Amino acid sequence: MGFEPRIVGFLCNWCSYTGADLAGTSRIKYQPNVSVIRVMCSARIDPTFVLKALATGADGVIVCGCHPGDCHYSEGNYKTMRRFPLLKKMLKDFGVEEDRVRLEWVSASEGQRFSEVINEMTDKVRALGPSRIRISLDADKVER
Amino acid sequence: MDKKKLQIALYWGAACGGCDVAVLDTNEFILDVAAACDIRMWPIAADGKYKDIEAMADGELDLAIFNGAIRTSENEHIAKLLRKKSKTMVAFGSCAHLGGIPAMANQFNKEEIFEKAYLKNPSIQEGNAAVPTPHTRVEAGELEIPVFYKRVYKLDDIVDVDYYLPGCPPAPEQVKAVLKLIVSGGPLPAKGSVVGASDRALCDDCQRKKEEKMVKQFHRPWQILQDPERCLMEQGILCAGSATRSGCGVRCPNSNMPCRGCYGPLPGVVDQGAKILSAVSSIIDSKDPAEIEKILEGIQDITGYAYRFGMAASLLQRSVR
Ligand code: SF4
Ligand code: SF4
Repeated sequence: MGFEPRIVGFLCNWCSYTGADLAGTSRIKYQPNVSVIRVMCSARIDPTFVLKALATGADGVIVCGCHPGDCHYSEGNYKTMRRFPLLKKMLKDFGVEEDRVRLEWVSASEGQRFSEVINEMTDKVRALGPSRIRISLDADKVER
Repeated sequence: MDKKKLQIALYWGAACGGCDVAVLDTNEFILDVAAACDIRMWPIAADGKYKDIEAMADGELDLAIFNGAIRTSENEHIAKLLRKKSKTMVAFGSCAHLGGIPAMANQFNKEEIFEKAYLKNPSIQEGNAAVPTPHTRVEAGELEIPVFYKRVYKLDDIVDVDYYLPGCPPAPEQVKAVLKLIVSGGPLPAKGSVVGASDRALCDDCQRKKEEKMVKQFHRPWQILQDPERCLMEQGILCAGSATRSGCGVRCPNSNMPCRGCYGPLPGVVDQGAKILSAVSSIIDSKDPAEIEKILEGIQDITGYAYRFGMAASLLQRSVR
């Protein structure tokens, strides 16, 4: 059997989670590799969460929030917009491939788009293969 | 050996020597320590051979103070040996606590490090490049040097640690306070505690004026004339104060330099670098992705900045390249 990636998806309650819900109620099919964690706002995603997901075995992490200007808390997603590129720069230094971590804006009415984003993300991470982070952290414990 | 005296050893792993100097910086107080204790080993200041430590009974030492990270098999061997022979073990300084500066090398793999240091270093003479190997045969016999590990570890990755005394190096007043407590036989804090530091953030103790923190441009400290009264972050100079434990006496901002985070994460924080990264990104004054990218160009090395001292203690710990 081929490799099936495990992806953690952090979805903001007001737009993206509702968008994912819409995909469900509309019976739009998409790949089942993403484990969704609902958060109140994309700004709640401390970079620690992304690092922790990767360090504990996720092959990819996707964060979805409201489109700029649409944040339920008016400015939260701008904080995410500022934080994410810096996090991506840092992950690059750690040797984490660019496509493993992604930020997308998905609104409550974009069920179709949600399914496309997830399919694209899943395909990309599948093509990258398993993340080496967890594996190498375990190896470090026995082999110096 | 005087049985009534406290039996102690101080040792350095992968370290710069600054931690030992910080102990000596307690000035004449160190004489009180010497009077109250038998210093059984301290490579920088006293004698004591590995074989003397090996010959000790388990638990014979009351206290081992270990500074430096674990980079080589020698570091690991002595850390384990001292652990076995000591009742209490203290990780002293940022390197033993979190990996410190040596752990920044975890951004690179062993091959890259060897290439840079031993093969392509500009100071190497033509034809003289050589990579160290643990065993070398020479006419006189076989030479053995420690194995250089693939990455750097913090002390508690290797052995059980009782207390952590943070700082690069720990502030002499804090060293003194901790040593005083130990020498006086006073009640010690709970095992695993960070000692010689506070539970507040450095910003809480920093006297600089804090107003509105939003910037269009980041600067390195030497690139601008700073206002010595005002928060450095507000002036676009990266400062790790909000994500760093206080206790050093606000040494850097008081000397017009930003905090680099050497006292480590605040209580309860999992990954100091992630917090530093959050703090930095939170002051970017823009809502436009292209402009944000442009502003971020002013930051030379976010990874080295966020994990200057905490790479080995971070969630990712090292590069997977
Ligand atoms: S960010 Fe730095 S300069 Fe500003 S208040 Fe905190 S410690 Fe002081
Ligand atoms: S200001 Fe920061 S970097 Fe400087 S000594 Fe204090 S904790 Fe360490």
